[in-house]
Amino acid sequence: MDNCFHCGDPCIEQTIAHDEKKFCCNGCKLVYEILSDNDLGNYYNIENNPGTSPSFSKDKFNFLENEEIVQKLLEFNEQDVQVVQLSIPSIHCSSCIWVLENLQRIHHGVKSSQVDFPKKTVRVTFNSNELELKALAILLASIGYEPYISLDDYEEKDKKVDRSLIYKLGVAGFAFGNVMFLSFPEYFEVQEFWLDQFKGLFRWMMFAFSLPVVFYAGIDYLKSAYKGIKSGVLNIDIPIALGIVVLFVRSTIEIVFDLGTGFLDSLTGLVFFLLLGRFFQQRTYAYLSFDRDFKSYFPIAVTRLLKKDGLVDEDQVPIYKIEKGDRLLIRSGEILPVDAVLLSDKASMDYSFVTGESDHITKYLGEVLYAGGRQQSGLIEVEAIKNVEQSYLTSLWSNDVFKKKRHSSFQTLVDRISKKFTVTIITIAVIGAFIWLFINPLIAINVFTAVLIVACPCAIALSTPFTMGNMLRIYGHMGLYLKESVIIERMSQIDTIVFDKTGTITTSSSSQIEYQGDPLNEFEEKNLASTLRGSNHPLSRALYNELKKNDILPALDDFKEVAGKGLISRIDKEVIKVGSPSFTASQIAQNEHVETAVHINFNQQYKGKYTFKNRYRTGVDTLFKRLSKHYKLHVVSGDNAGEKKHLKELLPSDVILKFNQQPEQKLNYIKDLQSQGARVMMVGDGLNDAGALAQSDVGISIAENVNVFTPACDAIMDASIIDRMDDVITLSRKAVNIINWCFILSLFYNLIGISIALSGNLTPVMAAVLMPLSSLSVVVFTTVMTNYLGRKISNKTSQN
Amino acid sequence: MSIIYMLLAVSVVVALLFFVLFIVSVKDGQYDDTYTPSVRMLFDDEVVKTKEENNQINSK
Repeated sequence: MDNCFHCGDPCIEQTIAHDEKKFCCNGCKLVYEILSDNDLGNYYNIENNPGTSPSFSKDKFNFLENEEIVQKLLEFNEQDVQVVQLSIPSIHCSSCIWVLENLQRIHHGVKSSQVDFPKKTVRVTFNSNELELKALAILLASIGYEPYISLDDYEEKDKKVDRSLIYKLGVAGFAFGNVMFLSFPEYFEVQEFWLDQFKGLFRWMMFAFSLPVVFYAGIDYLKSAYKGIKSGVLNIDIPIALGIVVLFVRSTIEIVFDLGTGFLDSLTGLVFFLLLGRFFQQRTYAYLSFDRDFKSYFPIAVTRLLKKDGLVDEDQVPIYKIEKGDRLLIRSGEILPVDAVLLSDKASMDYSFVTGESDHITKYLGEVLYAGGRQQSGLIEVEAIKNVEQSYLTSLWSNDVFKKKRHSSFQTLVDRISKKFTVTIITIAVIGAFIWLFINPLIAINVFTAVLIVACPCAIALSTPFTMGNMLRIYGHMGLYLKESVIIERMSQIDTIVFDKTGTITTSSSSQIEYQGDPLNEFEEKNLASTLRGSNHPLSRALYNELKKNDILPALDDFKEVAGKGLISRIDKEVIKVGSPSFTASQIAQNEHVETAVHINFNQQYKGKYTFKNRYRTGVDTLFKRLSKHYKLHVVSGDNAGEKKHLKELLPSDVILKFNQQPEQKLNYIKDLQSQGARVMMVGDGLNDAGALAQSDVGISIAENVNVFTPACDAIMDASIIDRMDDVITLSRKAVNIINWCFILSLFYNLIGISIALSGNLTPVMAAVLMPLSSLSVVVFTTVMTNYLGRKISNKTSQN
Repeated sequence: MSIIYMLLAVSVVVALLFFVLFIVSVKDGQYDDTYTPSVRMLFDDEVVKTKEENNQINSK
């Protein structure tokens, strides 16, 4: 089979030859033509098959005609120069960067464009007289880079980026380097006239350099320690802050009274290394969003119908401005943003994202449609009965789960150890000082401070960020993207896993169709396909796609669709009925109606049924078998119980199944499990799982394409690695083990340091060597260990 | 040996200068995207090359 020159996909349905190249669809060919016409053929030289095939409708960007919306989206707008930053999920390779930064060659209205690859955005400066924002969006979409504009972009955002950590790191690094430099002569304790002369000056300069380190770069540790003491929690920042304060005070006293050099080199180094660890841990995935709610799912505007003097006029209204009573036009594939009454005859709504129910729901004139459904049946007209904030779906977000700061009660490893650590250190320091009071009272205070200085848990504080930072990277390679590193620790304590069904353990796209009953011959199958062709019901469409062959189908002599029941058609003398059991005179009792099926009747004789079964992701059954040995498993679905039997066969017997669960019920289900002491991981995919994901200890969102919408969660998992869920959890346990080993290693260093300090022999140069040495060896140890883990995992991947 | 005052002053001034430059560059967002420029840097040459190639093809 040929592969498309543009997008690299195999040409399944058709192969279009053009310009000695092969394309899988007209869209791809069109993009190729646009690019080669504009002398951008180099696009295909940078990477092989770099493109994505375009699929969009021009009407999709109609809302960009609304001046108010355009103003909100623009970053800059002065005279005819406009600047906009657009999010483009399909940016994936260097060819993308190249073509998007050469937009001015396709349209001269574009002045310049700049891609931010990690964030997957492009910032375009364009001339508004020559190119409007809508035209720009269509231009981008036509070359396969459809901008993703959602309600999120419309809201006023705090555009300030917090760069304070980098500043602090810069300050600490700057001071550290200079202080080391200035204290260098004293390390060797050489007796030299000129050095003695300048000692005082050097010391005061060091003091000056350390001031911004203590009062700016390290202030977070002092603040956090203060908060910890106030709330009675002995966190790890307390011994750190104690170390910083003691270092600074003792050094200041030594310098002021000309007693010695102080430990300012150790102080600045300590703060620098600590901040470095923080910086390392902070790296996350810029293009992924973990805090999405309905706003990134909803459109910015919809088409409103205005009736004036009998004339119907259309305009684009931002969805927050929709008022009760407004008449709206919803196109096929658009999302209904408010609860509304249907004014058209019929509408088919896809609520799979909201409720988890995979079947489309058909509604008729006068019925209420709930917000959040994707409209599937051509053009419909509705009348809004609520505004956006009060609609059904959006009200889920008013649940407390989304308001409170999460997991504040979770105790990390470091938290648990720091309490004992702090108490032990202070005890040792006091006892040491007390004993020295009897031996040599002069140095008792020195011993006391030396213990606090040398015991400063720099290595302990560094082991977690470096281990977890590395683990984030390893998980990222696997296809699991974590929001922050503390999730790894939470994951290691999981004992219960709750799965959503639709879209999580089943694929969202296709379902498996099985036939049961008297076999149909070829002639009957053709007649059936011909009948189904006339219907727009989603089940009919799905079955038609399954049955259709390239043969010519017989023409229908008569066709009727009975609302809520089925289809009836006639070909010559053959009468075909397709639809519900009662409609087709099925003998099967009504109580088996829970499954999703289409029943067939030929010439008043019941033939059989086509059952739609969910298609489960590959490896899910074996995954459940492996997981059930160690964890309690639950499957909670918003779908009907039709799959219950099938699921029971597929999954181990101790898996608990729950059906017909509303979003709120899912949330409460998790809450109940937690109140029984379980540590719950929730694996879901849709907005209907959003509450449960937020409530659980670890919420993982499954996505077939990590760039598209996922609900708020702790981690986003590529759907293709769901069968490796057990590896993921095991890996988190191993990571925690590594941290434990780091603790032991750093305690060993502390033991040496404290015994030196207790003997009253701690010199500044010793502290300056011991502290970075322990930190570095811990960092090296954890880096080697995590890389070893990562290599083992990637070997396992390649074996699979 | 009093020149050491001068040297110290100079060294601190130079260090501070670089420090200020660092802060300014961070503030301008130079470190916000550290990946794209590394790719972009390689493009310019190739664009010129293709143009030349095109010209060659056209002139043939």
